[in-house]
Amino acid sequence: MPEIRVTPLGAGQDVGRSCILVSIAGKNVMLDCGMHMGFNDDRRFPDFSYITRNGRLTDFLDCVIISHFHLDHCGALPYFSEMVGYDGPIYMTHPTQAICPILLEDYRKIAVDKKGEANFFTSQMIKDCMKKVVAVHLHQTVQVDDELEIKAYYAGHVLGAAMFQIKVGSESVVYTGDYNMTPDRHLGAAWIDKCRPNLLITESTYATTIRDSKRCRERDFLKKVHEAVERGGKVLIPVFALGRAQELCILLETFWERMNLKAPIYFSTGLTEKANHYYKLFITWTNQKIRKTFVQRNMFEFKHIKAFDRAFADNPGPMVVFATPGMLHAGQSLQIFRKWAGNEKNMVIMPGYCVQGTVGHKILSGQRKLEMEGRQVLEVKMQVEYMSFSAHADAKGIMQLVGQAEPESVLLVHGEAKKMEFLKQKIEQEFRVNCYMPANGETVTLPTSPSIPVGISLGLLKREMAQGLLPDAKKPRLLHGTLIMKDSNFRLVSSEQALKELGLAEHQLRFTCRVHLHDPRKEQETAMRVYSHLKSVLKDHCVQHLPDGSVTVESILIQAAAHSEDPGTKVLLVSWTYQDEELGSYLTSLLKKGLPQASS
Amino acid sequence: MDDAINILQNEKSHQVLAQLLDTLLAIGTKLPENQAIQIRLVDVACKHLTDTSHGVRNKCLQLLGNLGSLEKSVTKDGEGLAVRDVQKIIGDYFSDQDPRVRTAAIKAMLQLHERGLKLHQAIYNQACKLLSDDYEQVRSAAVQLIWVVSQLYPESIVPIPSSNEEIRLVDDAFGKICHMVSDGSWVVRVQAAKLLGSMEQVSSHFLEQTLDKKLMSDLRRKRTAHERAKELYSSGEFSSGRKWGDDAPKEEIDTGAVNLIESGACGAFVHGLEDEMYEVRIAAVEALCMLAQSSPSFAEKCLDFLVDMFNDEIEEVRLQSIHTMRKISNNITLREDQLDTVLAVLEDSSRDIREALHELLCCTNVSTKEGIHLALVELLKNLTKYPTDRDSIWKCLKFLGSRHPTLVLPLVPELLSTHPFFDTAEPDMDDPAYIAVLVLIFNAAKTCPTMPALFSDHTFRHYAYLRDSLSHLVPALRLPGRKLVSSAVSPSIAPHEDPSHQFLQQSLERVYSLQHLDPQGTQELLEFTIRDLQRLGELQSELAGVADFSATYLRCQLLLIKALQEKLWNVAAPLYLKQSDLASAAAKQIMEETYKMEFMYSGVENKQVVIIHHMRLQAKALQLIVTARTTRGVDPLFGMCEKFLQEVDFFQRCFIADLPHLQDSFVDKLLDLMPRLMTSKPVEVVKILQTMLRQSTFLHLPLPEQIHKASATIIEPAGESDNPLRFTSGLVVALDVDATLEHVQDPQSTVKVQVLYPDGQAQMIHPKPADFRNPGPGRHRLITQVYLSHTAWTDVPLPSPNPGDGAWCWGSFFLAVLQQLLTRRLSPGRQDAAVSEALSPIDQVPDSASLAVSS
Repeated sequence: MPEIRVTPLGAGQDVGRSCILVSIAGKNVMLDCGMHMGFNDDRRFPDFSYITRNGRLTDFLDCVIISHFHLDHCGALPYFSEMVGYDGPIYMTHPTQAICPILLEDYRKIAVDKKGEANFFTSQMIKDCMKKVVAVHLHQTVQVDDELEIKAYYAGHVLGAAMFQIKVGSESVVYTGDYNMTPDRHLGAAWIDKCRPNLLITESTYATTIRDSKRCRERDFLKKVHEAVERGGKVLIPVFALGRAQELCILLETFWERMNLKAPIYFSTGLTEKANHYYKLFITWTNQKIRKTFVQRNMFEFKHIKAFDRAFADNPGPMVVFATPGMLHAGQSLQIFRKWAGNEKNMVIMPGYCVQGTVGHKILSGQRKLEMEGRQVLEVKMQVEYMSFSAHADAKGIMQLVGQAEPESVLLVHGEAKKMEFLKQKIEQEFRVNCYMPANGETVTLPTSPSIPVGISLGLLKREMAQGLLPDAKKPRLLHGTLIMKDSNFRLVSSEQALKELGLAEHQLRFTCRVHLHDPRKEQETAMRVYSHLKSVLKDHCVQHLPDGSVTVESILIQAAAHSEDPGTKVLLVSWTYQDEELGSYLTSLLKKGLPQASS
Repeated sequence: MDDAINILQNEKSHQVLAQLLDTLLAIGTKLPENQAIQIRLVDVACKHLTDTSHGVRNKCLQLLGNLGSLEKSVTKDGEGLAVRDVQKIIGDYFSDQDPRVRTAAIKAMLQLHERGLKLHQAIYNQACKLLSDDYEQVRSAAVQLIWVVSQLYPESIVPIPSSNEEIRLVDDAFGKICHMVSDGSWVVRVQAAKLLGSMEQVSSHFLEQTLDKKLMSDLRRKRTAHERAKELYSSGEFSSGRKWGDDAPKEEIDTGAVNLIESGACGAFVHGLEDEMYEVRIAAVEALCMLAQSSPSFAEKCLDFLVDMFNDEIEEVRLQSIHTMRKISNNITLREDQLDTVLAVLEDSSRDIREALHELLCCTNVSTKEGIHLALVELLKNLTKYPTDRDSIWKCLKFLGSRHPTLVLPLVPELLSTHPFFDTAEPDMDDPAYIAVLVLIFNAAKTCPTMPALFSDHTFRHYAYLRDSLSHLVPALRLPGRKLVSSAVSPSIAPHEDPSHQFLQQSLERVYSLQHLDPQGTQELLEFTIRDLQRLGELQSELAGVADFSATYLRCQLLLIKALQEKLWNVAAPLYLKQSDLASAAAKQIMEETYKMEFMYSGVENKQVVIIHHMRLQAKALQLIVTARTTRGVDPLFGMCEKFLQEVDFFQRCFIADLPHLQDSFVDKLLDLMPRLMTSKPVEVVKILQTMLRQSTFLHLPLPEQIHKASATIIEPAGESDNPLRFTSGLVVALDVDATLEHVQDPQSTVKVQVLYPDGQAQMIHPKPADFRNPGPGRHRLITQVYLSHTAWTDVPLPSPNPGDGAWCWGSFFLAVLQQLLTRRLSPGRQDAAVSEALSPIDQVPDSASLAVSS
């Protein structure tokens, strides 16, 4: 029985180190290869030894697909390809290919240079790893080998994020990666056609959330910033370098443009400048507005947003500063925060989630006195605002995507078990499809019934078409032909052609059957009665009474003879070729029931 | 047709077959009455429906849709040509294997509907199945079909699958179309969003669901930002929203009860308004507008969403939502927090947006005095930031004041900064912001008699000044101690429309009935009537169009009579004198006036056009006679006569239908004598014409229902500007032109801007169609840039025809003066009339060049 097997090595009932193994029709594909933020030991990378204990991974995997450049989807890639060893193709989209190495390098620097880890991948490894990458375009069907093909769909979420369809023959799996169903200021919404895959593997980060309109959030955000700037205050927005930062930049930039505001906006990190460059390049991956207006002006060429210099923080007058990192736990954002915290005119806006223990989390939960290193106490007088900008699909969005793709079954990854449970129940209820949510290392096996394509000869098809009306999708039709199986390909041809091809002589096969009828009359009369009976029953068939006393129905011959022993019984000889088996057997059963009374 | 059908039977190629069917379709549509042919063609189409090619099936369905017979009763003919049930045949192809054929089938069905065939309700279920088709064009067409059926059978009851409840069909259809708003293809989404707007019969319960989206966070119910804002507002504790966890989830949700994919209308507009493509968003806003207009309660609910759309990233969407809001503003009152968001848009750098918003504020209801204050403050901020918005802001404040007198009243002392004990400094009278405040207050004071008591002395003085200088913005007030002013103006405050209209009618009647009076009396009567009409037009703005129009016509008549009164005619022989200035000038002027009547009024109907042309014909006859009298020799006369007769012929051909109305008129008689005129010599023609002109009666000009004089006011560049526009010779300078056009039909093709340089050179400029905006019915706004350029000149230029109009500079600098093409002075009292606009019917009037000369 053919089947699809799915085993998550990471992201099974969990968020982080996405890595999912899929076996489909004998092909093995690895989807994403991420790291886990929560761990600093071996657990941060997926356990590749699951695939093979010894021997190179290349022999076991046909390809690796990376959905987007976030580290929890690509962070383990150099480790996997260079340190564990994999030489096969790695597929990702062009923007991902461009931005991924920047983030990997950054990640490496923090791990090695700051935390001093040994046995970590090197810059050279990142470079070597990126050499194995094959870039794909949206909606481009890439033939990995003769049978396996993959195709990318737009996923929103971040620049270059894609959903992948993996297809072997008629079996297919769609992996969504992370996606967003509501468009934002710089990216569009995820979209997929009705590809009806056997399995849809979808993320489920916000499985139990339905979000408010993004417009309200944006308006709130802009209003808060505007008010603070009008008061003459300084606004600090701690962000992570890529993704949300660009969205907020565009939001503020257009707002500044619209409202003709003059207060400066600064962006603090070098990494982002590099990334911004790619955002400018990959215009086709952005949303409608940016795509339409870039001829006049590329939206990422910010007019009002300038690079930040440390000295600017002490400048008088209002300003808005984007600084990394996003949770105020270290770095530039924390420095600026300390400088500005004392003034109640200033404001800090946290655009995302903050992990417990960070300064960000403390101030959001209302703490006003912070203990800094060196026993200093920082009094926070500035306003603290929280604003949730997130680029994952909410429960409604997930349902919408499932509805769009119409899969035969759904598998949830990249989310918390409890929330998945709810969504699973909902999906099963609404779409009446199976839904799975395996934990890491747990294998889901899906039996499939792949359709087998059979070639039919044109002559045969036309002949059959000529016999009946148009084929009706709802009714099965009987078709006579010969199925030839040769070199794992199937052909349906007419029997004459098959005989010719195989060099065989045709044998006639006839069935004959005797039916005993109790009828005292003469043979002739019996034949006559049979004839009139059949004539009245088989209206759409050609029933003939031949001069020699026999009756034919199409090519079936019926002869009546007196029984040698009992003259009161007549024997009907029914004979038909095997082609007419259907009609023949019907006739015999009809005749066996006996003839109606002559009087009737 | 027979040929085509014959070929059709033997043809094998699918393409040729399709083309042949196309031909048959064309033939069939040309012969709509011939039943037999139609039935035959339908038969042919049915035969080919089983063709294997989608192209042929497509065409067959198209043919069926266009020609399929509408009545079933035709079967009674008994010819054996049983008229097939076209709907059933087409319906069978809803499940064709080819998506193109499915689309064609639905389209054919829609075509049948358009031709007046009542579709069966059974189609509804078929169409619903097609909504989940794989192909977008099929879904798009199916949405349309569902809409059609829902409009046909709104009240019939359909069962809800998987439960035994039943709902109205229109509600069910509404739910289904709402569902399509989150379709995968944006074409379908646009289609669905558009159609939602026209489903007004839907019950309010379903309608309100479209704005509902249950929020949850970790399975706990969350309130939307809108609900929070409303709650904050009603609890009186306003403008918080700064606490973290303000939006913390409240109650737990029963997991079973949450329905993530609503089959119904839930949240359709929430999705539509957040869509990725702006086309969908615009369609959704339009639909919101239409639904809100028909349901006040829905209008109240959708307000929050519309206000949110004011912050859309695409300007068109913002503009559209502002316009929408204006249209539904009768049904709504803005809350303070909503007003806040609305007013924030005033800082938008796009002029269109700001002006649309001013228009919106004109007709908005504000609930509190703080709201009014807020609006005023924001408008003043807008004024300082964009001084060009001055007029628009003043107008906006005028309406704001007159709509909310009671809310303005408590604000007056603060706004005028008066103090109970101390006199405060008198504000600067020329400050636009101060004028803005005064406009607000004076308009509020109109219906609030207690307000003037709060004014200080200088306010009264300023009132008098503004009442004169900005009379369109400042209404007449009943001020204590100024009875004279108020009583003189009071009639216009409460216009008695009936009497003045009656007066107009009566004076016109008088003229028409007394046409056989002696010449002297007629002349006087005409003169008086013209004067009366002109005065009436000035007093009653709504009658101005009619009054002006009639007055112009009477003036033409007067001129004609005067010209015919001249002594010149009494002399029997032609004098060849040069002194018939009056008559020829009259002829010229009549021509000019008739052109004005024809082209410068909107709402002129055919009835009037005939009369106008008739008058012009008379003028031409006059011209001919005058020429005959004053020029020697016959040669030039030949040409003129011929031309004149051609014109008469033209007139006859153009207005053949209206000739019966012109009994006893000049042209009536003329046409009687036409055969004779054609053969006679010019001198005789002139003689006949002369007698006929004198005998002809005065035609009654029927008043059109709605007539408005087209007019244009140039707001920018202002005429009296002290600093001339300087530019280097040979280079180009752009001049912003901003003008309001009233009652101009199709301004995109008719309005041009003429630039007249001081040396007399004129240049015509075609503004782009996109430069015209349509802020209201009958009103257009032209905001464009004209490019001026001129080579250097060293000579003294010819003196400008109107030296007061402008000054010019020497050398390479010029002042450019835009001057009107037709001699229309827009407002004779104003100095800036030099800069005006050419409302030019150039394309239609062959001799407009001669008109232009007289400027």
